[in-house]
Amino acid sequence: MAQMTDPPYLILILLRRLFRRLKEAGSDLLPIILVIIVFQLAILRQPFPELLEVLIGAVLVVAGLMLFVQGLEMGLFPIGEAMAVAFARKGSLVWLLIFGFGLGFSTTVAEPALIAITQEAAKVAAQGCIIAPGESTRASYALGLRLTVAVSVGLAICIGIIRILRGWPVHYLIIAGYMIVILMTLVAPEEIVGIAYDSGGVTTSTVTVPLVTALGVGLASSVRGRNPMVYGFGMIAFASLLPMIFVMGFGMIVFGVKIAW
Amino acid sequence: MLLEIAQTLMATCMDVFPVLALIMAFQFIILRQPIPRLRQVVVGFGCVLVGLTLFLVGLEKALFPVGKIMARQLSAPEFVFGTKIVPQSPDWWAYSWVYVFAALVGFSTTIAEPALIAVAYKAYHVSGGTISQWGLRLVVALGVAIGIALGTFRIITGTPLFLYIAGGYLIVVVQTIFAPKAIIPLAYDSGGVTTSTVTVPLVAALGLGLSATIPGRNPALDGFGLIAFASLFPVMTVMAYAQLAQWWALIRPKSTKEG
Repeated sequence: MAQMTDPPYLILILLRRLFRRLKEAGSDLLPIILVIIVFQLAILRQPFPELLEVLIGAVLVVAGLMLFVQGLEMGLFPIGEAMAVAFARKGSLVWLLIFGFGLGFSTTVAEPALIAITQEAAKVAAQGCIIAPGESTRASYALGLRLTVAVSVGLAICIGIIRILRGWPVHYLIIAGYMIVILMTLVAPEEIVGIAYDSGGVTTSTVTVPLVTALGVGLASSVRGRNPMVYGFGMIAFASLLPMIFVMGFGMIVFGVKIAW
Repeated sequence: MLLEIAQTLMATCMDVFPVLALIMAFQFIILRQPIPRLRQVVVGFGCVLVGLTLFLVGLEKALFPVGKIMARQLSAPEFVFGTKIVPQSPDWWAYSWVYVFAALVGFSTTIAEPALIAVAYKAYHVSGGTISQWGLRLVVALGVAIGIALGTFRIITGTPLFLYIAGGYLIVVVQTIFAPKAIIPLAYDSGGVTTSTVTVPLVAALGLGLSATIPGRNPALDGFGLIAFASLFPVMTVMAYAQLAQWWALIRPKSTKEG
């Protein structure tokens, strides 16, 4: 990668890399293909539905994964770290926090998995007669949930940034968070608990994770005396914990009257 | 097909656009710095966009339909009991294939999870090669497998989700006290990254399908929660693995090839 000036040389390198990536992506997907084939043929003894379609899909998945990992190395990781270093050099905590919040909020609010799960949650709430039936209340409930989760992810990134700069050990914060989750579960309405627990898992999307990780590692390595292994990681953990607390809080505010008997 | 790809590409662009706008705004207005190796970064972003699009279209075409059909077939009463009628309170061991399938699906989808690949890559480089990429991914996948199998067990037996999660937290806290300090943040992180693009749709289908066929389970209430299992158990397995590796190193100080 040192000299990338000569065009034929470049193409050769690219091709060789492409081939290696292709092999890697293939082995990433091998387990799932095996599981499906074995179960389909040996245990369920069912013919394969739409074999051609499935095969085309599998090829697309392998190609997509290959390109994604390549792009990760070329684009997402370098930019995340470069920005972390630039922020550290600028020395403005406020802007860094605004950036962190924006990153968490903007990537979460449009997350398809989150949209799906909040709509499902609104349906559950409407069936359970917790919110008034009707399209508009359901939509606003789903939107409220989505915004709650997005805000909490943004705040989680901010907390993560402050933690890296101050050098707090991650486990105190996480264990405190666990305690809050458990205490809140005891008082939160039953309907919100399952969704709250799941919302922690769905928030961290495929584009966010590399960026946030690179940001964390970059920040930790630009502060003197911080081991990037210990301080660079941990931000995603906040981003999956805080939404649980916030969603349960949201549930308690929305259904507040019901809990107080 | 092409239309589908175009649509997904649009959706992916819409997803990535806010991030891109944010980065641009900060880079040029606040930080006022040129991006180092701009061309490479731009090409990289292009790769991510196209790659993610193909990946999603492929999943939608190949994996999800088959996986969802299989989840339904495996939890169907005809397969489990041989009859159309489900007994009033089915024995939990009757569903043994469901557990096996749940564990294997959890394992194999986690191996294919792009977010986990990213974190494993980063951990490998940051740790200076001590943490192998495949090692971390296998351990995390094992955690997801255990978590999802236990989660299906919970749906079938109908025990409250809260007990499992609280118990799990307790174990994590105890492990945190003893585990090597350097692994703790990574272990916590690995819980969050396991459940995204590949795992969530398949696991959710399994949960909803299962709770729909078992009498007395409300799919709307019991179908949730599997994802929580899948993000809790990898934390445990990663810490347990680090613990074992540490003990192993203590017992056999000579074997430097470990890991």
